[in-house]
Amino acid sequence: MSTADRTDTVEPAERDDDGANGNGAAGSPRRGFAARATARLGGGLAQALLALVALFWLVPTLGLLVASLRSNADNNAGGWWQVFTKPSQLSFSSYSALLDKPDFVDSFWNTILITVPTTVLVVVIASLAAYAFAWMEFPGRDWLFLLVVALLVVPVQVALLPVAKLYGKIDFGGFQMFGSIAGVVLFHVAFGLPFAIFLLRNFFAAIPRDLLEAARMDGGSEWTIFRRVIFPLGGPAIASLGIFQFLWVWNDLLVSLVFAGTDSQPMTKWLQSQMRQFTGNIDILAPGAFLSLIIPLVVFFAFQRYFVQGVLAGSVK
Amino acid sequence: MSAHEEVPPAATAGGAAAVAPGTADTGTPGDKAPRRSRREGLTPPSWLALLFLLPALVLLGFLVVYPIVYSVIRSFFDAGGDSFVGLDNYAGVFQGHDNLVSVRNTAVWVVVAPTVVTIVGLLFAVLAERIRWATVFKLVVFMPMAISFLASGVIFRLVYEQDPDKGVANAAMVAIHDTFAGGASYPGAGPRNGDGQPVKAEGGAVVTTAAVDPGRTALVPLLRVKPETLPKTAKPAAQPPSAQSGEVTGTVWFDFTKGGGGQSNAPNAGESGLPGVTVEAVRGSKVVATATTKDDGTFTLRKVGDGPVTIRLPQDNFTASYRGAEWLGSTLITPAIIVSYLWVWAGFAMVLIAAGLAAIPRDALEAARVDGATEWQVFRRVTIPLLAPVLVVVLVTLVINVLKVFDLVFIIGGGDPNASVLALQMWTEAFGGGNDQGAGSAIAVLLFLLVMPAMLFNIRRLRQERK
Repeated sequence: MSTADRTDTVEPAERDDDGANGNGAAGSPRRGFAARATARLGGGLAQALLALVALFWLVPTLGLLVASLRSNADNNAGGWWQVFTKPSQLSFSSYSALLDKPDFVDSFWNTILITVPTTVLVVVIASLAAYAFAWMEFPGRDWLFLLVVALLVVPVQVALLPVAKLYGKIDFGGFQMFGSIAGVVLFHVAFGLPFAIFLLRNFFAAIPRDLLEAARMDGGSEWTIFRRVIFPLGGPAIASLGIFQFLWVWNDLLVSLVFAGTDSQPMTKWLQSQMRQFTGNIDILAPGAFLSLIIPLVVFFAFQRYFVQGVLAGSVK
Repeated sequence: MSAHEEVPPAATAGGAAAVAPGTADTGTPGDKAPRRSRREGLTPPSWLALLFLLPALVLLGFLVVYPIVYSVIRSFFDAGGDSFVGLDNYAGVFQGHDNLVSVRNTAVWVVVAPTVVTIVGLLFAVLAERIRWATVFKLVVFMPMAISFLASGVIFRLVYEQDPDKGVANAAMVAIHDTFAGGASYPGAGPRNGDGQPVKAEGGAVVTTAAVDPGRTALVPLLRVKPETLPKTAKPAAQPPSAQSGEVTGTVWFDFTKGGGGQSNAPNAGESGLPGVTVEAVRGSKVVATATTKDDGTFTLRKVGDGPVTIRLPQDNFTASYRGAEWLGSTLITPAIIVSYLWVWAGFAMVLIAAGLAAIPRDALEAARVDGATEWQVFRRVTIPLLAPVLVVVLVTLVINVLKVFDLVFIIGGGDPNASVLALQMWTEAFGGGNDQGAGSAIAVLLFLLVMPAMLFNIRRLRQERK
């Protein structure tokens, strides 16, 4: 055992030298060469494998994009890859036809009217709560925070029926909660809060105590401190949260399926209603699905740093 | 303490300001008492904290906590909510074909999906450390996380289209299958009509009209071969090789000369052999020998035995070629949807695990290598144990998520009860036509109970971190 140890002890050093100048392995050239070859081969294999994986990950979306640019007749006659030989099939006609449908355009605006207020409300309400949890003292604080953590994993399914009933009872002056955009927004906000409070509290708690006490000592009210100190310092965390919340709500189907009416339905629900005839409706579904995913993709690529940070903070931390 | 709490914030602020600024952070050990009082003075009162919490608490109370309680109670009542039925709704979840299928599928999902996604994520994270374009790769794999399940569902409905001319999955399957299995199949091909021909159609198969003795040859001319089904490897038809005793040889070819001419029922120049055709020698009703035609259409049936045989080209040769898998059929639909789930979530697992990998101290790995461990041993004995906490978090997160999976199944499954899971069954029972709120509530509560362990896991983790 000890002899084996001795010979191998040299190896990592040699390998490092190999990387640096190529002939540090002069002492035992065969071993160094073998190690280098294995590393290179392994690297090459990894390259090839991951290239294939990347292809697997890109092709389905590419298929949707190409299908959305072909006519229904073409799509039903053959697969999207035919455009490589017949590029003349490509056109925006499905898109312009879709954008001429008032139902679809309404649902697009509804998606925005649901997503933006939800995101803003979650960020504001959760920041307030997270600040209280992190920097204010009140009886039962730790227990209440544990409750919030417990609510992190509650499946929305458990609230669908009771909230539907609750909304059904809310009807003032012709405004009915059930089927309204407000109803969908409030449900999303409520279910977004536990994660949001959890994420922001952890972030706010890491703000240096001195900074906060200095602000309090300078005579800032809690509201001022929250607005002037905490909110700006929480920037990155708030950005992560905002992006998450935006994507969740934008992408939701189940909640709007239950609570949204035909006037307040977002794109996802409208598209779902077109799913009954899948092959017949590809010219609606493919461009519709692509339009519904392009905005999240833009958001993702523009803010991916925050997105990844959010993922990391939300789970590992 | 309580005295200070009653001080309104403005007064607190004023009091704090009155204390000489500059001493705030530099309190020396000697001035403990005044410092504490100052700190307490700085602490905002409880009622203010509750004011900050109020919007969140109201929303959580009305739209999350109250509904949980309501659902639990409602799950003990019947469809209309009038009479108490005890645990009947829960028992009902495990009765009836559709319910049982969704319970089984949920079990499959919970066991398979998180495990596969975590393993794939780990694999990607480890391999990505070895390539230069790791950032691009991670971005590509992570991208589907931003897309809705609805859009992913539409994407995979297109991928899984049954027709290999339309669905990319089956197109790839067929391409691979045909590369390795020859894939020769001649739908529509058959013998020349009329009497006195050497071969005739029988059922879907083609058989020789006359029996063939061992040591003789058989000619099998076929017509109506579609040009696109003719493999590129096909060579001009050749005369049958000479048959030894106990053998029957022959040629299967496309008995058609381009531009006309040529002699019927004989392999003329310009006529193509039909490769990959299965040929059987049949005596009575028993197949005594089989062979496959070569590129020039010739075949040799060995060890035929004694006595005349009929040469048969079974129906398989003439039915449509391999068409790929039935992805959205009753057996494959759940695995197929899990694959699409993997496509969406692998990036999540990969990113978390990659962060975990980056946090592993290089010293630990180097020490193991210095001790003579192979790369695999380093991975197995050092990396994995150090990564274990991250892997557990990824698994738990995925289990929670999988229990709630609704959209993907709803969209790709398209209402097929063979694909259903509990989260979808809940919607179907309560909203999607079932109209049984008791049963819907019971399934919802069941889902809630299933995520309970994850909830406790989270709470425990939080408490450990606090310490």
